[in-house]
Amino acid sequence: MSELPATPLKQTGPRGAASGGEPAIVAEDLGRRYGEVMALDGVSFTVPAGTVLGLLGPNGAGKTTTVRILTTLLRPDRGGARVLGYDVVQQPHNVRASIGLAGQYAAVDENLTARENLQLVGRLTHVQGNLVARRSEELLRRFDLSAAADRLVRTYSGGMRRRLDLAAALVHQPAVLFLDEPTTGLDPQGRNELWRVIEELVSGGTTVLLTTQYLEEADRLADRIIVIDRGHIIAQGTAAELKASMGATVIEVAFRDAAAVATAREQLAAIGPVTVAGRTLHVGVADGPRAMLDTVRALDAAGLTPSTLTLREPTLDDVFLTLTGHTAEAPADGEDGAILERSGRGAHGRRGGA
Amino acid sequence: MTTQTLPAQAAVRAPVRRAQPVGDALAITWRNLLTIRRTPRLLVFATIQPVIFVLMFRYVFGGAINVPGVSYVNFLMPGIFVQTVVFGSLTTGIGLAEDLHKGLIDRFRSLPMARSAVLVGRSLADLCRNVFVVLLMAVVGFLVGWRLDHGWLGLPAALLLVLAFSYALSWVFAIVGLSAPDAETAQAMSFPLLAPLVFASSAFVPVKSMPDWLQWFANHQPVSVVVNATRDLTLGRPLGGDLVQAIAWMVAIVALCAPIAVSRYRRVA
Repeated sequence: MSELPATPLKQTGPRGAASGGEPAIVAEDLGRRYGEVMALDGVSFTVPAGTVLGLLGPNGAGKTTTVRILTTLLRPDRGGARVLGYDVVQQPHNVRASIGLAGQYAAVDENLTARENLQLVGRLTHVQGNLVARRSEELLRRFDLSAAADRLVRTYSGGMRRRLDLAAALVHQPAVLFLDEPTTGLDPQGRNELWRVIEELVSGGTTVLLTTQYLEEADRLADRIIVIDRGHIIAQGTAAELKASMGATVIEVAFRDAAAVATAREQLAAIGPVTVAGRTLHVGVADGPRAMLDTVRALDAAGLTPSTLTLREPTLDDVFLTLTGHTAEAPADGEDGAILERSGRGAHGRRGGA
Repeated sequence: MTTQTLPAQAAVRAPVRRAQPVGDALAITWRNLLTIRRTPRLLVFATIQPVIFVLMFRYVFGGAINVPGVSYVNFLMPGIFVQTVVFGSLTTGIGLAEDLHKGLIDRFRSLPMARSAVLVGRSLADLCRNVFVVLLMAVVGFLVGWRLDHGWLGLPAALLLVLAFSYALSWVFAIVGLSAPDAETAQAMSFPLLAPLVFASSAFVPVKSMPDWLQWFANHQPVSVVVNATRDLTLGRPLGGDLVQAIAWMVAIVALCAPIAVSRYRRVA
């Protein structure tokens, strides 16, 4: 099952051990402006060969802009980047020959069959004719599309399209794979299927840069995670490190009464770091069940009755709330809000630009 | 950063083959021809409009239009051929706008293929489509009484001229398609460009019936000179300045628009 990534693995060497030690992806001080909006403002990172980097952030954070620059679709206004040592601006053709891109919007041709889509990409990436057919077969089987291989893609479900889109990015066996929100818009079943496929690829040694809005996804697939917000890196580390920064578990306490929020905030501060969003408090804790008991006692002693009280895994929102003081969804409210909140971000971006 | 001190070409990489403009363009042509075959309704709608024009001008307006020395249907058909491919060239722009909108252009631009291939492939596929449509219109013409009284020799040359014109126009609408936010807008943007060219021309009426100020435009604009040259070929008239002007227009259009279209393709975000 793992023949496909085997060749790129040999080409790039095992984890981080490519000759000379150049990481598979190097981004240096990338900046890109769209009109008045700085979509990307000084982003630098490296991805060692054979590892998976998760680029985590809300809509409009700059994830897609980063991917578009690294895949030669967009020129940076500032800074530069190399993929397998090739400069994305100076040597775009060489970069394109080395990468695969699977996008947020499944870029497959609806009027072609799955097999024809793969053949088309095979021809356009100049894979030898007899190899194209063989690799297409392998990919179709591996992505569970063999039975539907000769059906027009316009009859496919969303999950099938995404799998085909990913398969199309692999026909020429790229050493580096870019996945731009591979599971956004999929139902849980489709998401799980795609995760399984990506995990197989990763185990074969392909270098992957993955963007996502889901902490769970980055947690499951990525070796390292970079959290990006409004064009800046605001945190980076492993999933475990990020979660540890806010507690392994989150206790969420909500009240109907705004006055109770302030009282509860004082009472719960002893249990763990508290962040407030509206009338909901989030307490990051290490030992969930014990902290929950403490929380119940503290609230009861203060005579407070919450409207909801839950214990759960941290989400991207919690990461954001902890790091930036606003939730991941906040920028969608409108430009005014985004600009207002931006002024306060400097103080929160304590781990940025590392 | 430490990475800057490392040699830029350190990682071991697959050998990179050069782009293959012809092979890549043919692959895209193949893909677009499959699409045309899979969506026959688009082809049907594309042919209904010119058929209606034939019927309307042949049986409704034609009686009121007096063309000295030639039957109206014989005057009309060269105009219909050109009008058909002019409106048909819109599909080049619409197709590209759709590919752009659906993210297919992104995929193509991320592949190590020739930068011209998507556009050349699109224009070649549309040329094949136009061969079909033009032949169909010729059949419709014969059914409504179009006759080649001066022999059939001019017909292949006339159709070739019309098809060459359609190919040149594809490049104009490639620019439109790559500039429009979506397919509907591409279509809406094109009509104001096309209507004056098609109707203020010699396609349906003699230019002499127009006011003086319009005649100058109508005599020299590309649709008219292609129609006139096509007429010369089908009516057995001596070939003259119109054919030269027609060829000059086509060469100029491709020479100007193809580089602009490719440049837009490279930069489209």
